[in-house]
Amino acid sequence: MSGLVELFTRAKASGDHAAITAAIPYARWLGITTENLGGELVCVMRYQDMLVGNPSVPALHGGTMAALLETAAVFQVLWEMETVTLPKTITLTVDYLRSARPVDTYARAVITKSGRRVANVRAEAWQESRERPMVSANLHFLVLPTE
Amino acid sequence: MADNEEKLARLNQAFADFVPHNRALEMRFISYGDGEAVMIVPYRPHLVGNPETGVLHGGVISSLLDATSGAAVYMKTRTPVPIATLDLRIDYLKPASPGRDVIARAHCYKLTRNVAFVRAAAYHDDEADPIAASAGTFMIATKGAAAFAVKEGA
Repeated sequence: MSGLVELFTRAKASGDHAAITAAIPYARWLGITTENLGGELVCVMRYQDMLVGNPSVPALHGGTMAALLETAAVFQVLWEMETVTLPKTITLTVDYLRSARPVDTYARAVITKSGRRVANVRAEAWQESRERPMVSANLHFLVLPTE
Repeated sequence: MADNEEKLARLNQAFADFVPHNRALEMRFISYGDGEAVMIVPYRPHLVGNPETGVLHGGVISSLLDATSGAAVYMKTRTPVPIATLDLRIDYLKPASPGRDVIARAHCYKLTRNVAFVRAAAYHDDEADPIAASAGTFMIATKGAAAFAVKEGA
């Protein structure tokens, strides 16, 4: 069993959700963690200046939003499905609904279909109000069965 | 040629000065043309998505494709008009090779008064063997100023 598989297995068994995103260097660099928000696990990307894409608005970089939503989707697959292997993204479609302000951003993913090989996941990011998401995404993952 | 290098340096300076996240990713222009931009993001350990394989996170590819596609729109409008990504669809064709920089080439193939349409691909050194391909649309003349300043004629 690989180190990462072992880590994810242990994290899931003990309910240590924070260990999942903490294992991914890029998620750590972006400041993405998971939090229990009113009984629901959501991803949080804490504001830092380096996330800004357009300082004159100012707005967060669209790429950071895509990264947050992909991370939230990966987290959801690992947490919810019978797999402890990092899923491979096949496609990602991001819709930018409004600009992201320079504050903390939350994201939550929902598995819409989990098949034998492919999972379809929807993810949304919001800031002040969950009813006003700034970005939504749809992802297809190749999910490998755990050996 | 010296002219070209000067323009590239100016683009890079404006790009790094204006866009903190591009600076954080150490993204650079390597060439440009009419409605076209080519940019590179260097491989760094903190950009890794899978610590066991050392493969870059998809988010890095997303940021590179988004930024390069936006830059291609500026290369089409020729003026620093404010733009905003409307949507971006990315196909991940194969994992990036660990330790290697990633290049993206974007082409803004259609510009209307309101919307720009862009195709892009990310690769290591062979465009015919891409890591990812994308199709994106951008709204033209949105609120605020341009994400970075492209000098007239740049």
